[in-house]
Amino acid sequence: MQNKYKHPDLPKPAKQGLYDPSFEHDACGVGMVANIEGIKSHEIVDQGLEALCNLGHRGATGADPETGDGAGILVQMPHEFFALELEHMGSILPDIGDYGVGMAFLPSENTEFEKCMKTIQSCVESEGMSLLTWREVPIDPSKIGVLANGSRPMITQFFVTPNSSLANEDFEFALYALRRKIEKSVENLFLSQAEDFYICSLSCNKIVYKGLVMAHQLQEFYLDLANNNFRSSFALVHSRFSTNTLGSWKLAHPYRYVIHNGEINTHRGNVNWMSSREKVFESDIPGRDAQELVPIIKNGQSDTASLDNALELLIATGRTIEHSMMMLIPEAWGDHIPMDQSKKDFYEYHSSIMEPWDGPALVIGTDGKKICAVLDRNGLRPCRYLITSDGLLVMASETGVIDIPPEKIVLKERIYPGRMFLLDTDEGKIINDAELKKGLAGRKPYGKWLEQNKIYLEDLPTPNPAKNYDQDGLPAKQNTFGYSLEDFRILMEPMALNAYEPTGSMGNDTPLAFLSDESPVLFNYFKQLFAQVSNPPLDAIREELVTSLVGTIGEERNIFKETPEHCRQITIRKPVISNDDLIKIKKCPIEGFKSKTISTLFNPNEKSGLKNGMDRVRIEASLAVEEGASILILSDQGVDSKNAPIPSLLATAGIHHHLIREGTRTKVGLVIETGEAREVAHFSLLIGFGAGAVNPYLAFETLKTQIETGEFSKNISPTQGEKNYLEACHKGILKTMSKMGISTIQSYRGAQIFEAIGLNEELIDEYFTSTPSRIGGIGLDELEQEAIARHKSAYETTRMNGTLEIKPGGQYQWRRDGEFHMWNPKTITALQHAVKNNEWNSYEQFAESVDKESRRLSTIRGLLEFKEVENPIPIIEVEPASEIVKRFATGAISLGSISREAHETMAVAMNRIGARSNTGEGGEDSARYVLDDNGDSRNSAVKQVASGRFGVSINYLSSAKDLQIKMAQGAKPGEGGQLPGHKVDEYIGKVRNSTPGVELISPPPHHDIYSIEDLAQLIHDLKNSNPSARVHVKLVAESGVGTIAAGVSKGHGDVVLISGHSGGTGASPESSIKHAGLPWELGVAETQQVLVMNDLRGRIVVQTDGQIKTGRDVAIACLLGAEEFGLATGPLISMGCIMLRKCHLNTCSVGIATQDPDLRKKFAGEPEHVINYFFFIAEHLRQIMAQLGIKTIAEMVGRVDLLDGSKAINHWKAKGIDFTNLLHDPEVPEGVARHCVTDQDHGLEKALDLELVDKARPALEHGKKVVIRKVIDNSNRTVGTILSHEIAKKYGEAGLPDETIKLKFDGSGGQSFGAFLSKGIAVELNGDANDYFCKGLSGGKVVIKPPMGSKFIPEENIIIGNVALYGATSGQVFIRGIAGERFAVRNSGAEAVVEGVGDHGCEYMTRGKVVILGSTGRNFAAGMSGGEAYVLDESGEFESLCNPGLVSLEQVTDPSDIKDLHRMIKAHADFTGSSNGIRILKTWDETLPRFIKVMPNDYKRILQEMKTPKSKMAASTDG
Amino acid sequence: MGKTTGFKEFHRETPETLPVTVRIGNYSEFYEEWSTEKAGLQGSRCMNCAVPFCMSGCPLGNIIPDFNDLVYKNMWEEALTELHSTNNFPEFTGRICPAPCEQSCVLNINEDPVTIEYIEKAISDEGWKNGWIRPLPPISRTGKKVAVVGSGPAGLASAQQLNRAGHQVTVYEKSDAIGGLLRLGIPDFKLEKNIVQRRVDQMEQEGITFITNAYVGRNVAIEDLRKSNDAVLLTGGSTIPRDLPVEGRDLEGVHFAMDYLTQQNEINRGDSIDPSERISAEGKRVVILGGGDTGSDCLGTAHRQGAEIVYQLELLPEPPTERSENDMWPNWPMTLRTSSSHEEGGNRDYNILTKKFSGQDGKLKHLHGVRLEWGESDETGRPVMIEQEGSEFELETDLVLLAMGFVHPEHEGMIANLKVELDPRGNVKTNIDKMTSIDGVFAAGDMSRGQSLVVWALAEGREAARGVDKYLMGVSNLPRSASTY
Repeated sequence: MQNKYKHPDLPKPAKQGLYDPSFEHDACGVGMVANIEGIKSHEIVDQGLEALCNLGHRGATGADPETGDGAGILVQMPHEFFALELEHMGSILPDIGDYGVGMAFLPSENTEFEKCMKTIQSCVESEGMSLLTWREVPIDPSKIGVLANGSRPMITQFFVTPNSSLANEDFEFALYALRRKIEKSVENLFLSQAEDFYICSLSCNKIVYKGLVMAHQLQEFYLDLANNNFRSSFALVHSRFSTNTLGSWKLAHPYRYVIHNGEINTHRGNVNWMSSREKVFESDIPGRDAQELVPIIKNGQSDTASLDNALELLIATGRTIEHSMMMLIPEAWGDHIPMDQSKKDFYEYHSSIMEPWDGPALVIGTDGKKICAVLDRNGLRPCRYLITSDGLLVMASETGVIDIPPEKIVLKERIYPGRMFLLDTDEGKIINDAELKKGLAGRKPYGKWLEQNKIYLEDLPTPNPAKNYDQDGLPAKQNTFGYSLEDFRILMEPMALNAYEPTGSMGNDTPLAFLSDESPVLFNYFKQLFAQVSNPPLDAIREELVTSLVGTIGEERNIFKETPEHCRQITIRKPVISNDDLIKIKKCPIEGFKSKTISTLFNPNEKSGLKNGMDRVRIEASLAVEEGASILILSDQGVDSKNAPIPSLLATAGIHHHLIREGTRTKVGLVIETGEAREVAHFSLLIGFGAGAVNPYLAFETLKTQIETGEFSKNISPTQGEKNYLEACHKGILKTMSKMGISTIQSYRGAQIFEAIGLNEELIDEYFTSTPSRIGGIGLDELEQEAIARHKSAYETTRMNGTLEIKPGGQYQWRRDGEFHMWNPKTITALQHAVKNNEWNSYEQFAESVDKESRRLSTIRGLLEFKEVENPIPIIEVEPASEIVKRFATGAISLGSISREAHETMAVAMNRIGARSNTGEGGEDSARYVLDDNGDSRNSAVKQVASGRFGVSINYLSSAKDLQIKMAQGAKPGEGGQLPGHKVDEYIGKVRNSTPGVELISPPPHHDIYSIEDLAQLIHDLKNSNPSARVHVKLVAESGVGTIAAGVSKGHGDVVLISGHSGGTGASPESSIKHAGLPWELGVAETQQVLVMNDLRGRIVVQTDGQIKTGRDVAIACLLGAEEFGLATGPLISMGCIMLRKCHLNTCSVGIATQDPDLRKKFAGEPEHVINYFFFIAEHLRQIMAQLGIKTIAEMVGRVDLLDGSKAINHWKAKGIDFTNLLHDPEVPEGVARHCVTDQDHGLEKALDLELVDKARPALEHGKKVVIRKVIDNSNRTVGTILSHEIAKKYGEAGLPDETIKLKFDGSGGQSFGAFLSKGIAVELNGDANDYFCKGLSGGKVVIKPPMGSKFIPEENIIIGNVALYGATSGQVFIRGIAGERFAVRNSGAEAVVEGVGDHGCEYMTRGKVVILGSTGRNFAAGMSGGEAYVLDESGEFESLCNPGLVSLEQVTDPSDIKDLHRMIKAHADFTGSSNGIRILKTWDETLPRFIKVMPNDYKRILQEMKTPKSKMAASTDG
Repeated sequence: MGKTTGFKEFHRETPETLPVTVRIGNYSEFYEEWSTEKAGLQGSRCMNCAVPFCMSGCPLGNIIPDFNDLVYKNMWEEALTELHSTNNFPEFTGRICPAPCEQSCVLNINEDPVTIEYIEKAISDEGWKNGWIRPLPPISRTGKKVAVVGSGPAGLASAQQLNRAGHQVTVYEKSDAIGGLLRLGIPDFKLEKNIVQRRVDQMEQEGITFITNAYVGRNVAIEDLRKSNDAVLLTGGSTIPRDLPVEGRDLEGVHFAMDYLTQQNEINRGDSIDPSERISAEGKRVVILGGGDTGSDCLGTAHRQGAEIVYQLELLPEPPTERSENDMWPNWPMTLRTSSSHEEGGNRDYNILTKKFSGQDGKLKHLHGVRLEWGESDETGRPVMIEQEGSEFELETDLVLLAMGFVHPEHEGMIANLKVELDPRGNVKTNIDKMTSIDGVFAAGDMSRGQSLVVWALAEGREAARGVDKYLMGVSNLPRSASTY
């Protein structure tokens, strides 16, 4: 096999520039086959490998199409095989269990290889074992890719025997200790190829074969696997999709115990907590020295590797694998969850020992005998399994991975969210979740232990008298902590009145904290990270049941033991605590809860006062721990003229890391008593850096005063105000956690999901260890100066009469004496004057003011200068502006968030100049696809596909030039959106397939993208829906975005858009606008570096946006690595926007961000204004290009050598900024592309649809009826979509008459079966199907039923996967079987009948009808704002499973409803032969009363209003 | 903000005025006072823009959205505090400011702007009525002494700020009453003088010393002031009026507007004027040359004096009633402004150049004028003035008032003695801290800026106070105002 890939010498991906290997993500296909009886055979290994091959499409390849991201297999020890092998080699293998095999990757360089062997040898001996022999593992290197082969280590096995006979567990423990010893010893050799050293497994009962290979290559590469003697009773297999090209051999799965599909979001925190527990490790079993094992988790490992280590440790403590897994990945057990008390007790007890490893996860693990599978609490990974009549168990990410005759199947199931599955091969039985957990819960009297030891904060006595509020000298305190009037009016008032965080709109245009002259609080230097692509964010509102804010504080004990005292902690139900609660903790009279209050004040008049203060606090903290305190209260009470507060975040993170380093962190809980924290972002940071509870005493005092002096616009009691404020804080914290996909505060605490900008390495290493901060910046001295400045403003300045006590602010609104805003009266005026009169001078004024101010005050790009070049060129030689403007796009602003007039004006402008406007996520009126009389087109070139999928039909997709998948939005990454009912008028409702007046919710995640391989699937779906359109993926800059972009390139995205944090929004929580995401400069630079390093740049276009305003901004974006550019706020301002920031209130006075008919009339924008702006920018850019001697954009991309980061830095705080990483240019072989030079290979030629299109010609061309029959399997993904595209292209919205094309399939449908299926196509599938079944259904009809000959009962078995009918707009589906989680999520018009569904059914539905003839999972109808569902509730449980937030449950009594229901069930019975359906129809009169109609309240109200003539729709304007 | 849709629900309303026939019978102010409810509803029209162009349009940087909302919420005292934090004398600007804030109000793009000025007046009226405006002496004294020369708006604002910063301030005024233009230039019907006096009283109670009849450069030596003070601030205004050196200028009946206006103010306060000095429009045919605010003050005064007929002639063309294409929001619009005095009568005419005056027995009888056309701009950027052939005319008149603005401060005396550097227009040159070329000598208001609005004088005065304070103390905690932005 000869590989054509040209750059085999691509360097290894070491940490460089903005890239850090720790950002790597992966996702995968996982599979397991097992003989239930535990009978070993080679067939099982073969079947495992077959399953692996059929999961191949879930893996990926990078630049080299033959180098996979990794695949592997974990099996039981193939004893017979090794015995024979060793016999050939002249050794005699002892009995199974009496030897261990190490499967090792060793450095390929000879001396290093030998050093490793020697080290292993000596470690074995020093552990009291013998090294029986080495065995070079036979491989065929020609079967793998050139890149893989280039980085291949030596693959060697070593066999060890104990010197005395040991019990199995003890031998495994000894081998574990041996491995740790070897690893530590090799580390101390400081090899140059240290990264290549890795022990895949060292065990006496199992072994791992893995490598940087593709699924189908594994068997050919490892010759052992083909040997008939190589036997096991189970095989765990894994195919990896990593985000980067240059995967690594050791990162392939399986790990030593587990395979994992998913992502541990709380990894950083879990690792920190684990390391801080190590000091107290102590095993009382003889021969097990727990301290030999530490550190348990090596720094810088992947999340799965760490999870594997943690599992290994728990097993080593003597816990069973199922017990350990329950501790690591507990199901949700909060108050909303109905569950056995004993099970709750089990979880609650263990929550005192370990926080959950939180994130989407399907983990299958084994200890060599038992196989335990567990799914995360949210069910964010698919896991299907089946059992055959001859005892075969097949479990995988997909159904259909092994071909099994239908008559042999006895059960088809899936693992449910949070549930476990255990196969005990010794016992030969499968133990289900309930049985398993019941057994575990009964192990010890956990309930009694809790009763005796657990303390609940609310039960503690309130000491009397409690001094509650201290309002003396309030303004001075407020000034010290940096309060402004905006804090009162914009943040706290809405929180206290409405119990919600305030909403704002438009982007953040204030300086980064490190460039601000306003002495920002330390919190502002940090930006929240968020989930995108590689893991989904959560919806903490609609899916609240999986979340928990409950935390515990107090001492954690030795993990090797399990005693009643382990749960002796205080449970705090919510982390922001009142003054009373704080006093309760301080004065807690109960033994074991000694608290120590440490003052975090420092002397502002002393040299290095802050440093000294921190040192003192550390010493006091250490001392307090030593003296037995179990709660440390860090308090900045007592601020006065001589004492200034240490920034609370510095104190918190500083002490947290100090105690981690001392190994005493888990001995104490941290409570923060601070006057500084007042908004959601502050609390999230304190908790994210280790706080167990926060008491914002000054916020309470402030609220009380504000309320008592009547400052608030509504009357409210101080008590209620404080209650609401706390509720708003907690909702906000939950939202912040859920942005990262984290469900529990226990896991969020200390997880450090933040990136710092502008803080130097020394400061980070000392106090915020391991937090990314990539351009250096200020240190403790500057922080001290800012703290002192705030303190001085409060105490040293003589209060002057006639001035305000508190500064007016200026963060949220422009104030003349406040924070700088890039959009200010001067710049807005200049731009509007320029575009209205086409005045270049005025544009110049605008650009000069923007560029100059940005240099002085605001942005990273402002600090960069262009280098002088020797050979500037005349401007005439630069490519014309008319070409350059084609690289411009306007932002994704939905129709709905802005008016129709504004939306269409922008589209016309962009179409006139050959640039691209964007639909936003609101769909588009198909009338816009027809040209206007004057030749203008209102068709937006870019059609967005966002999580809400509003109006995303096959016709919409087929009319696009670009299809943009919005993963995140700069103003609110990790969040969904909400279009308030008052902005949904009739027209918007029509375009979005929803009901006017009813609020529309976009979920935070795309429910068909929980991982990178899912994204690749959606890209594939969209490419099928419109093969001529480019598929975009819109990301938001954060650390690691480059790695995600690499994954996008590998997943065949045509364009990746890197949005900056400062992009606009129609509505978003203020804390998200201000505190999430990073500037695009960092994102683009990182993306360029990673793509080039991996040779993935040449096949993808990089676009960027986020507060780009001038030609200079564009030039810098281009030099950093982008070739297309998006602008949104600027074009809006060109059309008349004056930054009211009232978009969310529907009161835009210039008719842009409003649907109010009176206000829309005021819209005065013209396409010419927008066009003028874009041409100004292009001309400005041309001037810069000429000055740099560059003729075309293409040659300009990524020329970081033309940027100078050293000159402009004269801001006092910017001195420490270091742009080396930002301007890093990775060294790659000659010829590796630095901008997009070629198209992606989407592999559409392999699509089944090409054949379907071919056979359907008579129908497509002449409307003749056609019937096509095919056998399919799970590798046939996205079936029917290209065919649908062909119909849409020709017949538009109308499609073909029903059933013109009939498709009849047998087998397993791959993912996205029937996606966007057009009207006119009818599909019958005899078999089953996977996830995303009929997503975006656009009028087609689909029937799915078990194949002929099936023996199992269809209505009890699963037939389709998760997230079926996602975003369907019309059509019909009949399913004879049970569907997975999130059935009909965001359905907006399809009709479906199904026999049962999993959790979160009909979530966010806005239209359509769903009939469920059986059971549902939990959280049914969450966020369902329209449409109807009918559930046959024969067990009477439905009410407890339904989320009552937006819906009511009714009897089916309306005659037209009854008729509809009957019609649908009749059709279901007719099409699928459902015996359930037939039974219901037969017993209709008895059964009908058992149907429950689920009706959204608003929807019902609006329907009634529409029925009543003349009742005008509430065009409400009162926001 | 309390009311997000106020601007849609309520229309702009201004306070009622007394009928013309009534108000021209006296020299009193003629605006009816607003009820607090009325002001509140008008305040609710404010959209609380995230980029409040009003605030940038206001030279003082008044935090307009905040006080609009406070008024809507009926929190008048808090509103007064916010207003006072940027504006020492809202009762002056609330009456006589042409309100650039309202021009740049975002509602003014396509609606009537918020009645910012009247709200400001209402707030200050409430403040005085309820006794909320009290002397606010400094919390401590610095021991530094500052002399302020000139008691016009710039001088008063700077004096109050400097005193509040703890400096000992003495204000020197050349005339016999404190207030400068506010006192003597602006007619009572726009600003009654008790309103000025109560502020002066407050300032005196705060510890400021006022010395009248102290004409620095004539009867007080500037060098003495420099010696006896730590800093000197010059706020003497732009006092040299633009003249019309044409034939007949010396005829009896041709006067500068300011002389005319001052005299009426003196009469109103009870001074008696020597009949030979008296300039009265009673029964006369009056021509006012100049179409600005001073011209319109002359117009209102002339009507009150009983003029037979009043003409107001302007050299430039008649401005359009609507903004022209190039005259865009939020800039100050170049449109026709009709003041309250214009409501009271008079004839305005434009494009008129006065060629000469003629008379009899040294007394004015006629104005000889010609109509103009304006051609393309010349190389200096100014349009070329073309006399229309055959359009020469004669206008019968016995009183001509020259209201054509002021050229610069008086150079003779103080400025000449100081040898302070001037700008090309003859104003005192200052740096960003409002310090002149002489160490420790500052200048503000029209004296350094050239003729401008009262609101600019206040802003300059506040800014200069900050500069002086910084000069004296090293740093200043006085709030910044407009001109550094």
